Amino acid sequence: MADLTTDFLGIKSPNPFWLASAPPTDKAYNVERAFEAGWGGVVWKTLGSEGPPVVNVNGPRYGAIFGPDRRLMGLNNIELITDRSLEINLQEMTEVKKRWPDRAIIASIMVPCEEQAWKDILPRVEETGVDGIELNFGCPHGMSERGMGAAVGQVPEYIQMVTEWCKKYYSKPVIVKLTPNITDVRYPARAAKAGGADAVSLINTINSIVEVDLDNFAPVPTIDGKGSHGGYCGPAVKPIAMNMVAEIARDPETAGLPISGIGGISTWKDAAEFISLGCGNVQVCTAAMTYGFKIVQEMISGLSEWMDQKGYDSIDDFVGRAAPNVTDWKYLNLNYVTKAKIDQDLCIKCGRCHIACEDTSHQAITDLVDGARKFEVIDEECVGCNLCVNVCPVDSCITMEQISGVDPRTQKEIDPNYANWTTHPNNPSAVTEPAE
Amino acid sequence: MSETDFATRDIRTGRLDQIDYDNNFEDLHAPLSRHEAMVEAERCYFCYDAPCMTACPTSIDIPLFIREIAADNPSGSAKTILNQNILGGMCARVCPTETLCEEVCVREEAEGKPVKIGQLQRYATDHLMATAKEHPFKRAASTGKRVAVVGAGPAGLSCAHRLAMHGHDVTIFEARAKAGGLNEHGIAAYKTTHNFAQLEVDFVLGIGGIEIKNNQALGRDISVEQLRDDFDAVFIGVGLGNTNDLGLEGEDNDGCLDAVDYIEKLRQTDDLSSLPVGRDVVVIGGGMTAIDIAIQTKLLGAENVTIAYRRGQDGMNASLYEQELAQTHGVVIRHWLQPTALISNDANEITGIELEYTSQENGKLSGTGEKIKLEADQVFKAIGQKFDSSVLSDAGIELEARRIKITEDGKTSLAKVWAGGDCVAGGEDLTVESVEDGKLAAESIHAFLTR
Ligand SMILES: Cc1cc2nc3c(=O)[nH]c(=O)nc-3n(C[C@H](O)[C@H](O)[C@H](O)COP(=O)(O)OP(=O)(O)OC[C@H]3O[C@@H](n4cnc5c(N)ncnc54)[C@H](O)[C@@H]3O)c2cc1C
Ligand SMILES: Cc1cc2nc3c(=O)[nH]c(=O)nc-3n(C[C@H](O)[C@H](O)[C@H](O)COP(=O)(O)O)c2cc1C
Ligand code: SF4
Ligand code: SF4
Ligand code: SF4
Repeated sequence: MADLTTDFLGIKSPNPFWLASAPPTDKAYNVERAFEAGWGGVVWKTLGSEGPPVVNVNGPRYGAIFGPDRRLMGLNNIELITDRSLEINLQEMTEVKKRWPDRAIIASIMVPCEEQAWKDILPRVEETGVDGIELNFGCPHGMSERGMGAAVGQVPEYIQMVTEWCKKYYSKPVIVKLTPNITDVRYPARAAKAGGADAVSLINTINSIVEVDLDNFAPVPTIDGKGSHGGYCGPAVKPIAMNMVAEIARDPETAGLPISGIGGISTWKDAAEFISLGCGNVQVCTAAMTYGFKIVQEMISGLSEWMDQKGYDSIDDFVGRAAPNVTDWKYLNLNYVTKAKIDQDLCIKCGRCHIACEDTSHQAITDLVDGARKFEVIDEECVGCNLCVNVCPVDSCITMEQISGVDPRTQKEIDPNYANWTTHPNNPSAVTEPAE
Repeated sequence: MSETDFATRDIRTGRLDQIDYDNNFEDLHAPLSRHEAMVEAERCYFCYDAPCMTACPTSIDIPLFIREIAADNPSGSAKTILNQNILGGMCARVCPTETLCEEVCVREEAEGKPVKIGQLQRYATDHLMATAKEHPFKRAASTGKRVAVVGAGPAGLSCAHRLAMHGHDVTIFEARAKAGGLNEHGIAAYKTTHNFAQLEVDFVLGIGGIEIKNNQALGRDISVEQLRDDFDAVFIGVGLGNTNDLGLEGEDNDGCLDAVDYIEKLRQTDDLSSLPVGRDVVVIGGGMTAIDIAIQTKLLGAENVTIAYRRGQDGMNASLYEQELAQTHGVVIRHWLQPTALISNDANEITGIELEYTSQENGKLSGTGEKIKLEADQVFKAIGQKFDSSVLSDAGIELEARRIKITEDGKTSLAKVWAGGDCVAGGEDLTVESVEDGKLAAESIHAFLTR
């Protein structure tokens, strides 16, 4: 069986599956249940400063988006950081770390943007013996109104400054957790690196309103007739998170900076995708909150099964393998020509490919052939866009096949050599030698 | 096994406890809950030029109504259905969907599990009927035209509703005391429970402009000629008044029964335990009526129910699904057997039936000479209904294959007279086809009246 142990910033864990800082990691009881279930590590629910803890709303905190059969696709929350006292949290962290030395425990922290606040809390966290800290610069609701969380994460200068303080007052690894509520995630990542961060983790939740209650005309969750934007997470955010991970992984300024991937990870496959984009490990929240801690068993078995099949001995064997293949549009090969192909044996004749192409695209799929209901690709019209593949309800029924020779659509010979937009004759600023 | 005994009979009422009658005659398929309906609706692919829609005789826009359910708009969904088929509620319960819409559903092709179109249709129409404060369709401004509709079955009701919608005034002449036709008197009880047929009649009449005159029979109380004189147009939807006989001696003996008559009694009684039912029952026939009488006598407490059909399984008019439904209820279906004699006791009561094996060569069916006898306290005839053309008197309406001949849009050979439903030639005798006939005829009448 493949070796799933990971060494992230020198922090060892039996597998790359950590629980993200959130309700599943709010107290010793949950964390120990998670470890019993097999999770490799946890980022403890975010700690605040000494003093009276924050309070949460006493009405509903969550809203959701559902797929068929009420499958939870996206979750939205208006929860704040831990509402338990700092004292109790630190004490529990110390005890749990002692009992579970082989698992990773990271303290997530969010205190005001003043050096003293960090100077006060960091030594106390150090004392617990946990493996590192994660700076919560991402919480998009409530805390950001008080100048913390995303309010810091949206200003690269603050990120760098706070990270520097942490490196000054804390000896173990410092992970900076990034907010996705920003235009270009590379700037905060660069700031974290400049501040001396050992790693970044992303994404935190996305500003969202998941539903409007049409009877009361108020956002859901509704608290006494009003709602506030929440933070969005779960399967629906995975594509956004993966893009942000890739942006950082392939940015020359941050290349090589370790990344902990977060956002919508629900199965081993999601995890493998994040890791291949450059993450040293992954963190999970919503999937655990939906199904309980047992899901990690599927993640462990799925990942090791796949690694065995592919012949990867350790996670390091495929970390970042997909990152170099993420490129800019302008470097995509314009001489790569594909056509859709329908497997008539698999086709169930629903006609979705036809109507999608006919109404909204390139009129390249028939509905009748010799008077009979039949769906066939018209190569002369097909631009190879993949829409039919995406709307077809039958797996692998429509495939995209590369062609060579003459493209029936353009009637032109396809150049077998790579050529991109940078040299394309239609590009007003084209150069002669293709850039890469 | 008991000795075959053709001397004693065992026919009784009240074979079961009340609770068993109640359970046995509950809905065949429990209605879908909201969640079940949403999940099922999500299975629909919203096909382009959907095959299910083409297969529906009333051309209901099935992908659209299912999408409306999935989008939590069951009332809008019901309107999509009722717009094409005003008896969409009954059709959802009685259509042999396995040979209509669901047979061609692409998910049937894909995985042998069609979208449950019928049950979704019921979900939407039930929802509307239970919640709507007013009838979903408005009448057009009155045209002042008057149309006579004969027969308040599916064909007549559908025709009347569409005419009323177009602003015409409709008078329905119905021979029976109650409207609904076979919805009220013929359909198996477990398909249309809780008085649904009457609720639906009330719903249809809710549009206004339709008057029903009960106990008015064409050929007895009124005539085609008279209606032609008194009204601007006439629609005939009288169904099939007669049934076929076995042509055997002893058919009038006690215990030899017409299935359709018996079912009508079953549908009209308030007390199922009052129906006499035998211990051993034999049904002759291979269609929907045979299946229905077999299952219902079984549900009334008959011990052994056998359907004897003179051809093979493929020849049966009842769908495979209906045949299996009978079999899961414990009915035995025997093929290649034709009745040759009824066996009676000295009191002229049926005690059994003699059947002869058959075989088919070049499409011709013949007896093999080999015979068997089956014990039977009741023998039900379910070998087809036929049109009673005497109701037309001598109005001069042409027939075809012993039913009324019509054009595609329902015109008979006599000016101002249209017809539809079971009483016309062609097609299968189904509720949904009768609804379509009535609707098409109404459109044709409307075009004629407003030309
Ligand atoms: C036992 C049985 C079970 C069936 N099960 C199904 C099923 O599960 N699914 C399905 O789709 N179809 C089923 N059918 C067929 C379906 O019931 C008929 O196709 C449908 O009812 C025909 O509608 P209609 O309006 O033409 O005739 P009918 O429903 O027969 O209605 C005719 C109406 O006209 C009235 N009438 C008759 N004579 C006169 C007259 N002289 N003057 C005035 N009024 C008159 C009658 O009283 C009746 O109300 C079944 C039929 C039978 C007999
Ligand atoms: C209810 C809830 C509370 C959360 N609280 C915190 C928090 O205190 N600190 C933090 O850094 N992230 C918090 N998060 C964000 C998660 O750690 C994680 O970044 C996000 O949910 C995306 O991962 P997922 O798609 O696996 O849920 C919270 C998320 C949820 C759903
Ligand atoms: S979408 Fe797929 S299954 Fe449907 S008609 Fe097209 S190829 Fe066939
Ligand atoms: S009316 Fe009958 S055939 Fe038509 S869609 Fe409904 S259930 Fe199917
Ligand atoms: S054929 Fe089946 S999947 Fe397609 S529209 Fe009809 S019900 Fe839906």
